[in-house]
Amino acid sequence: MPEAPTPPLTPDRFHAPSARPSPDPRVDYSPSVSDQVKTTTCYMCACRCGIRVHLKDGRIRYIEGNPDHPVNKGVLCGKGSAGIMTHYAPARLRAPLKRVGPRGSGEFAEITWEEALETATSWLRHVRETDPRQLAFFTGRDQSQSLTGFWAAQFGTPNFAAHGGFCSVNMAAGGLYSIGGSFWEFGEPDWDRTKYLLMFGVAEDHDSNPIKLGLSKLKARGAKFLSVNPVRTGYSAIADEWVGLRPGTDGLFVLALVHELLKADRIDLEFLARYTNAPWLVVRNPGGADDGLFARDEAGKPLAWDRARGAIPAETADLSPVMAGEVTLPDGRIAYPAFHLLAERYLGAEYAPEAVAERCGIEAGRIRRIAAEIAEVAFDQAITLEQSWTDVWGREHATITGRPVAFHAMRGISAHSNGFHTCRALHLLQMLIGAVDTPGSWRYKAPFPRPIPPGPGPAGRGARPNTPLAGNLLSFPHGPDDLLVEEDGTPLRIDHAFSWEAPLGLHGMMHTVIGNAGKADPYPIDTLFMFMANMAWNSAMNPGEVTRILTEQREDGEYRIPHVIYSDAYFSETVPYADLILPDTTYLERWDCISILDRPIGSAHGAGDAIRQPVVQPDRDVRPFQDVLIELGARLGLPAFVREDGSPRFKDYPDYMVNHQRMPGVGPLAGFRGADGSKVGVGEPNPDQLQRYIENGCFWRDHIRPEQEWLKHANRAYLEDAKAKGFIGKSDQIVLQLYSEPLQKFRLAAEGHGAKQPPEHLRERVRRYCDPLPIWYAPLEQQGQDLAPFPFSAVTQRPMAMYHSWGSMNAWLRQIHGANKLMMARSRAEAMGLAQDDWVWVESRSGRLKCQVALMEGVNPDTVWTWNAIGKRAGAWGLAPDSPEAQRGFLLNHVISEWLPAQMAEGRDLRLANADPVTGQAAWYDLRVSITKAAPGEEGITSPHPETLEPPPHMPGSPDILRYSVKTPA
Amino acid sequence: MTCLPAPGAKKLGLVIDLDTCVGCQACATNCKEWNTSGHSAPLPDFKPYAAGQEGVWFNRVHSFEAGEGEAGRTVHFPRSCLHCETPDCVTVCPTGASYKRAEDGIVLVNHDTCIGCGLCAWACPYGAREMDDDQGVMKKCTLCIDRIYNENIPEAQRQPACVLTCPTKARHFGDLGDPDSAVSRLVAERGGQPLMPELGYNPVNRYLPPRKKALPPNAPVEDAPTPMDIRNPLLRWMDRVLSR
Amino acid sequence: MNPAPSIVFFTTASGAGYGLLFWLGLLRPLGLVPGSQGFGLTALGLALVLITAGLLSSTAHLGNPQRAWRAVSQWRSSWLSREGVAALGTYVPAVLFGLGLLADLPGLTAAMGLLAAAGAVATVYCTGMIYASLKPIKEWRHPLVVPGYLLLGAFSGAALLAMLGGFWGDGAVPAVLALLAGIAALVVKNAYWGAIDQAPPVATAESATSLGFIGKVRPLEPPHTETNYLLREMGFRIARKHAEKLRLLALAAGFGAPAALCAFALLVGGGMGAAALTLGAVLALGGLLVERWLMFAEATHTVTLYYHGS
Ligand SMILES: Nc1nc2c(c(=O)[nH]1)N[C@H]1C(S)=C(S)[C@@H](COP(=O)(O)OP(=O)(O)OC[C@H]3O[C@@H](n4cnc5c(=O)[nH]c(N)nc54)[C@H](O)[C@@H]3O)O[C@H]1N2
Ligand SMILES: Nc1nc2c(c(=O)[nH]1)N[C@H]1C(S)=C(S)[C@@H](COP(=O)(O)OP(=O)(O)OC[C@H]3O[C@@H](n4cnc5c(=O)[nH]c(N)nc54)[C@H](O)[C@@H]3O)O[C@H]1N2
Ligand code: SF4
Ligand code: SF4
Ligand code: SF4
Ligand code: SF4
Ligand code: SF4
Ligand SMILES: [Mo]
Repeated sequence: MPEAPTPPLTPDRFHAPSARPSPDPRVDYSPSVSDQVKTTTCYMCACRCGIRVHLKDGRIRYIEGNPDHPVNKGVLCGKGSAGIMTHYAPARLRAPLKRVGPRGSGEFAEITWEEALETATSWLRHVRETDPRQLAFFTGRDQSQSLTGFWAAQFGTPNFAAHGGFCSVNMAAGGLYSIGGSFWEFGEPDWDRTKYLLMFGVAEDHDSNPIKLGLSKLKARGAKFLSVNPVRTGYSAIADEWVGLRPGTDGLFVLALVHELLKADRIDLEFLARYTNAPWLVVRNPGGADDGLFARDEAGKPLAWDRARGAIPAETADLSPVMAGEVTLPDGRIAYPAFHLLAERYLGAEYAPEAVAERCGIEAGRIRRIAAEIAEVAFDQAITLEQSWTDVWGREHATITGRPVAFHAMRGISAHSNGFHTCRALHLLQMLIGAVDTPGSWRYKAPFPRPIPPGPGPAGRGARPNTPLAGNLLSFPHGPDDLLVEEDGTPLRIDHAFSWEAPLGLHGMMHTVIGNAGKADPYPIDTLFMFMANMAWNSAMNPGEVTRILTEQREDGEYRIPHVIYSDAYFSETVPYADLILPDTTYLERWDCISILDRPIGSAHGAGDAIRQPVVQPDRDVRPFQDVLIELGARLGLPAFVREDGSPRFKDYPDYMVNHQRMPGVGPLAGFRGADGSKVGVGEPNPDQLQRYIENGCFWRDHIRPEQEWLKHANRAYLEDAKAKGFIGKSDQIVLQLYSEPLQKFRLAAEGHGAKQPPEHLRERVRRYCDPLPIWYAPLEQQGQDLAPFPFSAVTQRPMAMYHSWGSMNAWLRQIHGANKLMMARSRAEAMGLAQDDWVWVESRSGRLKCQVALMEGVNPDTVWTWNAIGKRAGAWGLAPDSPEAQRGFLLNHVISEWLPAQMAEGRDLRLANADPVTGQAAWYDLRVSITKAAPGEEGITSPHPETLEPPPHMPGSPDILRYSVKTPA
Repeated sequence: MTCLPAPGAKKLGLVIDLDTCVGCQACATNCKEWNTSGHSAPLPDFKPYAAGQEGVWFNRVHSFEAGEGEAGRTVHFPRSCLHCETPDCVTVCPTGASYKRAEDGIVLVNHDTCIGCGLCAWACPYGAREMDDDQGVMKKCTLCIDRIYNENIPEAQRQPACVLTCPTKARHFGDLGDPDSAVSRLVAERGGQPLMPELGYNPVNRYLPPRKKALPPNAPVEDAPTPMDIRNPLLRWMDRVLSR
Repeated sequence: MNPAPSIVFFTTASGAGYGLLFWLGLLRPLGLVPGSQGFGLTALGLALVLITAGLLSSTAHLGNPQRAWRAVSQWRSSWLSREGVAALGTYVPAVLFGLGLLADLPGLTAAMGLLAAAGAVATVYCTGMIYASLKPIKEWRHPLVVPGYLLLGAFSGAALLAMLGGFWGDGAVPAVLALLAGIAALVVKNAYWGAIDQAPPVATAESATSLGFIGKVRPLEPPHTETNYLLREMGFRIARKHAEKLRLLALAAGFGAPAALCAFALLVGGGMGAAALTLGAVLALGGLLVERWLMFAEATHTVTLYYHGS
């Protein structure tokens, strides 16, 4: 099924060649735009749109969307269109820096790269030779995790992750453990066909432009778009229906929809039987070690109950499964189809609309109506395409039927401590109505789907001096045996990911690293190495505490964390807290790899990846971080980064992009492989690969055949092709997991079974939250405290025109968002005697801040919100200290605690992260606050207002007037 | 000449769909990016890295809330020159710097003759004129006159920057004087609105109103399900014969 | 609207200057003011100084004052251009009037005086029309704006002429005129203020956004968090209670008191009278400054609907 063509750019041609405008001396109709145009990939956010950069006299004239690019098809967002100002910002760092004053003072001296690299090497070499675990290498908004993760494993430390643990690991884990793909940027609604899109908790997402392009298609077709979100802005503003529920209650809402669909028998039982583990038999043996596990044959294959043949492997082609009722296995054990357990649970009265309405803030009748609408569209408006395809059992089908109901969800779900289960509940709903990778439903973006769970468990055990760790540091536990814990349950990783505190901590837990390092829990850290993460400000929960720990000294006068190395491109709030700064280039100055091994740019129509090429040369002493990392790898002698003779294996990052092979024939880029560039996915390195990418607009995309497009998890042609291209190891059916056995394995351990046991204080927690079927519970943060004093939920949203903290140095974007206010319902504010722009104190159990309020209609009355990361620390980002970002801007983070309240109350030295108990995802949006009017005289400046930061040496001054133009001399 | 030309056949302008605009600001920043090196270059920014930052923009995106409760709506609202058919911004200009083009209706400022008196900005009800306090001249949306006719730009791209970049395709460009053009048809179909028609400026640009949302009535609330209700479906499924 | 000092000064000073020129040009040929050359030249000189200072000050408001000459080109459509033409044109009879005075050529003086008076009326009329023709500003687009400009010019001009007349021993006629004009100004301004307080808006947030069919329209977020040209220029808004006070001040001290002082001068005459007329003229100019400032400060522009809603 070829992709629907992009709508023509222009609806009508008013300018036929005959209708050239008459000459007008005042107008130059046809100025030359540029003397050079280069394609590359935008990096004003993680969406990775293709851009065409026009250059004139060596300066950037114009950045426009690349019309041929699969991600953005020619459009650019508000940030991408302001790239010029990001590139030329005076806040850019100039040269490597070493700290010369106390940490946090911001006193730095510029040094040479040689000194910088030698300093880093000497610190790192010492750590590697003694205890490699004492390097914590954590990266933020970066897209080179396949390199950084590989480097960390080569170094031999388990303590690596990118920022996903505080970002959206709930979505990744929820999806990958349920359907082998996920929302986030790894799946997409079938924008061309869906008739009903339900979007949960999305303000912007990583698929920024694709979502916008998609919504416009929906609008043009008149499809229904429903947004579930406590706030009615952005996408929710254009939704046909806005459901302004209370934060943290989506799981209940979704399970009530499930309840309704089950009750009305409006589910796709055939889909469940064919494509999910609904018919798999689950042993019922309360108290037994096999309770809740799948019944399997000797070969370990899960069993189902066939009407004619009894218990046979569930994969059998002509299975006629029993979906409900008790069965007795040949060995005498009792079992139920997974579907039975599921139906039993969700038909329970606690999931009835009336039971959840009050809590969710959604009327029961409305829940019923929405359930009925979903059923109506899924079943009565199903679409059938004349498209033949072959299933995994080798049977040909002449058509494909779709359930045109699509779902999309992001951090409104994931940034809660119940987000993993809520995400699973959403996938459960999709599976129940058969809306996975069918026409009109949510679709996998290749290289997804992947086996559930994919690959072996995480590496990280047995760290030894000078020894690489084999395997992936961030991978997928299948059960307790895969956890990274000591015998007594103590975490092996500094962030406690993959421990009993967060068994599926797939993306690590960057939000706990500094806090744990401060407490030497489980051991101290010698060097904290960070890249592109503003950990002393907006990516920290409680930045005040983070900066306190970063400057904390031991009795011997040494810092608690003796060495901090940081790579940033700008003078962010984190720079002053590092000992060594490795200044990076901008996105227009470097090679980058949007790798198939990492976060590729695939679509439902085929996999894809992309590169960045330098379009301008740096005018200062900065170097691409990836080059630096590769050179550090060589200096340290990490095996994969040196040849046998000890000389560097890779000249630089582009060399690595082309020549590194993770497995034979598999490298960072999947396109144009093989000596002649003809191979896809697997093939020997192609010396011309980068040139081929450049010729192709700096991206590569695969085009799967129409018969491979649908039901990829059970589509033989697709699965075989994906295996051949190296995306998956086997071409077996990927059976969607309604019921999650890995979770049940953790639960069984908590019930006392097996060798690996959770420590006592976590036993009940693991038992409760590792439920094999989705559950809902009140967010953890809210369980352990008296909520009465904190009547409001407080959340943030991403502004579409600002990317976290890194837009405030952009002269254009900071005019749009120079300060932020706390937005609240007009009715509530007026009842409290608050007026627009009043100054208020916002208090949570862990702190308070002062800001201004703004009143609005479209917000859940029990919720307040603000734009994320607009508030800045005075002095940072090249801004004058009295800039509105520091005077009237504020960070909600100051009142978010990184630890849960219950553990503090226990009075022990036991801190559990304010996070999802399954995945460790930071629970930013569980926050509860009170609001009180500030006293007279307290207006005018937000609080807290940490000390003004001093800029590093030789930063350029800022102009009073910026007259950027390539028409005027520089 | 600031007398208005006789109305021409061609009326180039924009049609902005308030039902799909998500307020992403792309049209605003892309406009700035194109135009700061374009016909009206530069579009300066004052105190760009200090308090009181402000600059010259030809397009600014507001957001409004209209109505209350279930019937209410949030609407993002880009605002730029509407290239009015009978705009006083042209006729008040004492120098002739402000002019409306007879052949396509575009309203422009000649920066070589503008004295920066600001009267046209007073005369524009829509706030579409932006004073460049650095050069002392008035600037405004040019409808990207250096793109739409530019022979150095591929034909498909000869459109205003804001239109090309809009990620939700909420912006459309064309000849509103031609009743058969796509934009005119869109206006006819969707009931495109002029802004402040009572002032008589006859804006060429049109705004497509947010579609009215008719939500179906909610299903009546039922009693809590009885134990029978819970059991029955399971029994139903037990007997369902399925085959792969 | 932002009361830019240069513009406030301009309309006050040149308004008074044209008023003075008008009365001088009109009354001198009729012999209703002191006939001495000194008086004529002084009055004319003062008028031209005020006019010229005002005009020069108005160019301070321009982004490119060196191009100000271009402003006379569009007299066919632009009231500002017409004002420029009229202002420049009025210099011709005014200068010839002066020459007539110098050379003591009564015929020329009379003819040129009347022409200059006509030019003064035309110029002030154009000034008024600049404001009165601005549709987005309801406080300006009002039928009493042009009469107000004419009347206030006449009033301040008469007050100045009366003052000069007082110095030359006979300010009676202009004093009577100033008295009448002051009362008229009081009435007209009062009526104007009452009217603009009642005047319906020229547009609403609903019509400005076309969203009225949904319901009441309220701004949620502005396009930029700091200020901009439009807001600085058009967003200026004076608080109601301050406006009330200033209106009273203008009426009482600016129009009422000078009128009363004129009446007093007419009664007492002589040195006391001259002093009273001088005080009256000064008060009139001060009152005018206040009135002109209010004229801007109270004016609301439709663009603010986008930022502040109704
Ligand atoms: N209250 C609240 N807090 C949140 C969130 C929330 O929703 N609410 N969201 C959380 C989430 S999901 C995330 S992902 C984090 C994001 O938070 P961070 O990961 O801290 O992201 P940024 O602030 O965008 O940028 C990180 C740093 O990257 C630097 N940088 C920019 N470009 C480059 C470059 O080219 N090279 C290098 N080396 N550095 C560069 C910037 O200068 C900045 O200092 O915030 C988290 N914090
Ligand atoms: N412009 C821009 N784009 C970005 C980023 C950026 O900073 N700026 N950041 C990037 C990053 S790192 C990430 S992780 C993604 C995140 O992309 P999003 O997931 O879109 O991120 P958020 O802004 O956190 O949006 C969360 C939304 O959920 C709503 N919400 C909060 N609590 C709940 C709840 O309990 N239920 C429901 N249903 N909704 C809720 C909020 O109102 C908000 O609209 O965006 C990426 N894209
Ligand atoms: S969404 Fe915007 S900022 Fe992000 S990559 Fe695309 S154009 Fe760049
Ligand atoms: S929108 Fe304003 S500037 Fe544009 S033509 Fe109309 S009146 Fe003139
Ligand atoms: S500012 Fe320039 S364009 Fe506007 S009225 Fe004055 S001279 Fe004309
Ligand atoms: S048409 Fe051109 S100048 Fe006008 S708003 Fe759009 S991009 Fe800006
Ligand atoms: S680019 Fe499009 S969606 Fe974005 S603000 Fe402008 S009109 Fe709205
Ligand atoms: Mo994120």
